[in-house]
Amino acid sequence: MTKTIKNVICTFCGTLCDDLEVDVTDDEKKILQVRNACAIGAEKYLHVGNPGRVVVPRMRQPDGTYKDVSYDEAIDFAAKTLLKAKKPLFYGWSSTNCEAISAGNVLAEKTGGVIDNCATVCHGSSLLAIQDTGVPSCTLGEVKNRADRIIFWGCNPAHAHPRHMSRYSIFPRGFFTAKGQKGRKIICVDCRETDTAKVADTFVRIKQSYDYEIIDAFRTVLRGEEIPDEVGGVPAEKIKEVIDILKSGRFVTLFFGMGLTHTLGRNHNIDEAINFIRDLNDYTKAVLIAMRGHYNVTGAGQVLGWQYGYPFACDLSRLTVARHNPGETTSVDLLVRHEVDACVVIASDLAAHFPFEATRTMASIPTITIDPHISMSTELSDLHIPVAIVGVEVGGCCYRMDNVPIETRKCVDAPEGVLDDEELFNRISKRVDEILAENGVQDASEYLAKIEQES
Amino acid sequence: MKTVTIKLKKVPGLYLECESVTPDKFAGKSLDAIAALPCSEGKSNYKLGDWFEISGSAGATAEETKIDVYGPGTSKCKYFGAWMSAGEVVINGTADMFTGSWMTGGKLHVKGDVRSFSGLQMKGGEMLIDGRAWNYLGAAYRGDWRGMQGGLIRVKGDAGSDLGTFMNGGTIIVEGNVDIHVGTHAEGGTIIVKGKAHRRVGGQMVKGEIYVFKGCDVMMPGFKKIEEREIEVDGEKHVFNVFIGDLGERHPKSKGEVVYGHLYTLKE
Repeated sequence: MTKTIKNVICTFCGTLCDDLEVDVTDDEKKILQVRNACAIGAEKYLHVGNPGRVVVPRMRQPDGTYKDVSYDEAIDFAAKTLLKAKKPLFYGWSSTNCEAISAGNVLAEKTGGVIDNCATVCHGSSLLAIQDTGVPSCTLGEVKNRADRIIFWGCNPAHAHPRHMSRYSIFPRGFFTAKGQKGRKIICVDCRETDTAKVADTFVRIKQSYDYEIIDAFRTVLRGEEIPDEVGGVPAEKIKEVIDILKSGRFVTLFFGMGLTHTLGRNHNIDEAINFIRDLNDYTKAVLIAMRGHYNVTGAGQVLGWQYGYPFACDLSRLTVARHNPGETTSVDLLVRHEVDACVVIASDLAAHFPFEATRTMASIPTITIDPHISMSTELSDLHIPVAIVGVEVGGCCYRMDNVPIETRKCVDAPEGVLDDEELFNRISKRVDEILAENGVQDASEYLAKIEQES
Repeated sequence: MKTVTIKLKKVPGLYLECESVTPDKFAGKSLDAIAALPCSEGKSNYKLGDWFEISGSAGATAEETKIDVYGPGTSKCKYFGAWMSAGEVVINGTADMFTGSWMTGGKLHVKGDVRSFSGLQMKGGEMLIDGRAWNYLGAAYRGDWRGMQGGLIRVKGDAGSDLGTFMNGGTIIVEGNVDIHVGTHAEGGTIIVKGKAHRRVGGQMVKGEIYVFKGCDVMMPGFKKIEEREIEVDGEKHVFNVFIGDLGERHPKSKGEVVYGHLYTLKE
């Protein structure tokens, strides 16, 4: 006999599809089938039961091999490592739930760390621009029901967010968009013809890293001023044509990805894009939404924002004050400049995505990776602590790319004895408190001073 | 003027935050009191005496106090001269981030390079950099819309990106070349680049003046040439192409006239 769980939230990408159907065995130990998910989402559920999964913590030995240790040993090692470091880095957070992020942030505060999430190499620049300029935005539901002009700038949902186009942006029929795709005009701006560009009505191919100049040209045309004959590889006529299409719409939505956030200028590109959308509101309703990648990278920023006032790159090393200065307190900069002396990688894979210099520093300092799977980061770590998979083996709150919180659901039990992220962070925090009390000190700074004195 | 000389005993492992190293904090203090001033490396709190050999004597006021800083390892020390209001600081080497940031007066001389975020939101005083400056020189701190508001920064070498972002007063002179984003969002002030500017000069600027002697690799589309004019800039007289912009941005009005930012490039 099988049991079907309906309305399961897919914890793969920032679209957080909420219509999955998962067939599980009666004892809720094994997933048998997944319906409605994209190929990547389905694989996330189906490979959970694959053999070879790590179910106990692994500690690196002097000879480079791993030895299985108990959770208690792993927790003690983590607490001591973090207390002994002058400035530990806590990076990742994007593939776990908000409850775990909150508990982990408290641990980072206690140990004087820097908390940074995947936005640092993704939409961090968008967050900077939003802080500078504000953001006219909406929910994906509004896009589905109202938007008749869609711009994809530097993003390729056909590959990165496979169901985005069918659920929200191109194909769905909504309340005021009954004709679906036929009622919408799709514009794609990119430096290469992606699969998303192939389904667009208008493709604007730009020279790589000329986004800022082109958005400035859009704004200049919108104000009725003249622009040069060609800007960033785009003829002036094409720019004027796009402006005419947008001005004739009832509801414009700009979706932007890393092709805009991480080309030359980064946050300035987003700043200019936000101001372009603001200007368009003189003619029609216009909004923009960041195409957030990991399923809860938005939540990582939200939780950090509630707790310390900043959405990423939050430096708590002074214990009493939070500081935020991307370029200084961002993970890549900290690692490249050798400004951190311990690293915790949580629910992400630092080594697979960071520049080589940063990864080399990470491998040279005490590193703990907390992840359900084996990854490049786990293989460069001193300690790998496996945890339950959010959205599959444990529920919790996650934020969709449009900042809507969605409660994810548990489908099957985690392997026996495997902790979830939240419980793990709470236990490490408790161990930190115990060590501080054993040493008769108030905080991590005093603890460090004491052990420096003793040595 | 009395001089206090501080010399690093060793290179910091991670970095050192030295916001105590200003004439304002040293003035009127004995050497022992100066040695007891705080500095930090991550969550470790130290005293200046733990890291520096300190000699000489401080003046009674900040105006009468000069600080001479020696390495090794000044390039790993942040906040030298930050928030200083008077007196003089000389760094005999390269200085790390936030050097001279939030300065309101006095003189700061760096004999090497300065790293990013130096001269942030400076309101007064003078900063001379013999080497090159990294990114965000004279810019606004994250989330703030007030960049450099007064004073003078002179860089003898090149400068990085985001020079004078959100600038609304003061003068920055770069004798070499600059990277992208010069005077972005500027609402006042003067930037003089005696070399070449790479790209995105004056993007989103609404007011202020930017002079580029050797031209921009790529001009912003929102700038329009209005005239050619002979102007004396930093003691040199040249004929410049005068542009107004950024026309894509919303501009304020003053006495019924729209106020624009001005970009001047040397006429070849």
